[in-house]
Amino acid sequence: MANRQATGYTLLFATAICIVCGILVSSFAVSLEDLQDENIALDKQKRVLEAVGLLQPGEPIDEAQVAERFAPIEPVLIELASGEAVDGDTATFDQQRRARDPVTSTEAPENLAKVKRVPDRALLYEMRGDAGDLEMIVLPIEGLGLWGTLYGFLALDADTTTVRGITYYQHKETPGLGGEVDNPSWKDKWPGRKAFDDDGEVSLAVIKGPARTAEHDPHRVDGLAGATITSNGVTNMLEFWLGENGFEPYLNRIRAEAN
Amino acid sequence: MAVKKSEAALDPLFNNNPIALQVLGICSALAVTTKMETSVVMCAAVIGVLTLSNLTISLLRHQIPNSIRIIVQLTVIASLVIVTDQILKAYVFEISKQLSVFVGLIITNCIIMGRAEAFAMQNPPSLAILDGIGNGIGYSAILMVTAFLRELFGSGKLYGYSVLPTVSEGGWYLPNGLMLLSPAAFFIIGGLIWALRVYKPAQIEMDG
Repeated sequence: MANRQATGYTLLFATAICIVCGILVSSFAVSLEDLQDENIALDKQKRVLEAVGLLQPGEPIDEAQVAERFAPIEPVLIELASGEAVDGDTATFDQQRRARDPVTSTEAPENLAKVKRVPDRALLYEMRGDAGDLEMIVLPIEGLGLWGTLYGFLALDADTTTVRGITYYQHKETPGLGGEVDNPSWKDKWPGRKAFDDDGEVSLAVIKGPARTAEHDPHRVDGLAGATITSNGVTNMLEFWLGENGFEPYLNRIRAEAN
Repeated sequence: MAVKKSEAALDPLFNNNPIALQVLGICSALAVTTKMETSVVMCAAVIGVLTLSNLTISLLRHQIPNSIRIIVQLTVIASLVIVTDQILKAYVFEISKQLSVFVGLIITNCIIMGRAEAFAMQNPPSLAILDGIGNGIGYSAILMVTAFLRELFGSGKLYGYSVLPTVSEGGWYLPNGLMLLSPAAFFIIGGLIWALRVYKPAQIEMDG
C-alpha cells in the first residue's frame, strides 16, 4: 500500500474523491431534472389556484384535479409597456430567464423592491366566469426579501383594486419568521384589502404590528412578527409591480374595457 | 476494539441514543417535528445518509490520508445529502418544500460526522452499516415520538388525519398552539431524556 502520509498520495486521493463525488452529484442532478421541472410547474399552478381561492392551503390534490380546477383560468401573455396581449407560447414562457436576457429586458429604474431588470413581456392569468366575463386577475410579483428574491402571485378582483389573495411559490426566507409568508392565517388577512387609493396611487402596505379588518383598514396588512425586512419586501414589490414599470398599463386597459 | 454486531445496531436505541444521551442533532429535531409526515421523510433521509456515509467511510478507512480525513468525510456526506435532496425534490416535492433547508442541513448534523469519525474509521463495513442504521433509528425514534405528541396536541391530527376534532372544524378540541412552536420540542425532548435516565440511571451525568 502506498505511503498514506505522502503529500503526493494525499493530493491524488483528494482529487479522486472530488471527481467521484462530482460525477455522482451531477449525474443525479441531471437525470432528475425533468421530474423536478414538472413538479415546479405543477406547484406553480397550485399556487395560482390558491391565490384565486380555488384551492385551500395544504389540501391534497392530484395532477388531474389541478387541470380541472384550472379550466376557468387562462394564461395570458402581455407586453408590459403597453399592457396589450401578445401571441406566444405560454407553456414554455420563462419570465425570469427573459428578465436576464438584455435583448428581451430593460434595466429597471432604481426601486425599493430591488428589481434589476424588467422583462418586455409577462405571463399573467385571467379567470373568467361562465359568461366569459372577467372575474379575477392573477399577477406575478417578485422582489427582494431578507435572504433572496420572493416569487409569488397577487390575485386582484376584476375591479383591479380589491385583493382576492396572495401566495408565494419560491423564497429563501427564514422558516418561522419571514417564511411565514406561507402561513395560511397570514394570507387570509389579504382578501378584501384595496391595492389602490381613491387617486389611483398604489397604496397597500404590510405594517409593523396588527392592522384592523379589511373594511376598516383596507390599505394595510398585519406585519410578520420578527420579519421586518421580509414584510417591507412584500410592500415594496407590490408598489413596484402595480406601478408604472409593472402592470399599471395592463390594469389601465382592463379599467378602460370595463367602462 | 471489538464490537458485537447486535451491540452496534441496538446500543444507539436506548443505551447510547444520539439525541437523548449524546444530545446531537437537536436542531433538526426541533424544526421538522410539527407534523409526522415531514418527520418520517426526514428520518428516512437521515437513516439513508447515515448508513451510506458510514459504509463509504468504512470501505475507504485504510485509504483515507489521516491529514485530510475530516474533509474527506465531509465531502462524502455532502455528496450523499445533495443526492438525497435531489431525489426528494423529484419524488416528494411538497414535503421537500416543507423540509426546506433542513435536508441540506443534514450535512451539518453532528450525528453523521460523529459516527463517521468515531465509528466508521475504526470498524469494518458490516459493523459500520449496522451502526449507521442503529443510530439513524435511534434518532428517528425520538423524532417520531416528538412529532406524534406535537401533531396530536398541536393540531389534533395524526399523520394528517383528524383524530381529535378541533373547535375550528366544529369539534371539541382546542389545539395547543405552543405545541407547534419550537419550544414545545425542547420540552418533549427534555421529558424524554428525563424518562430515559430514570429508566437507565447509568446515563445520569455526575457533577464534578
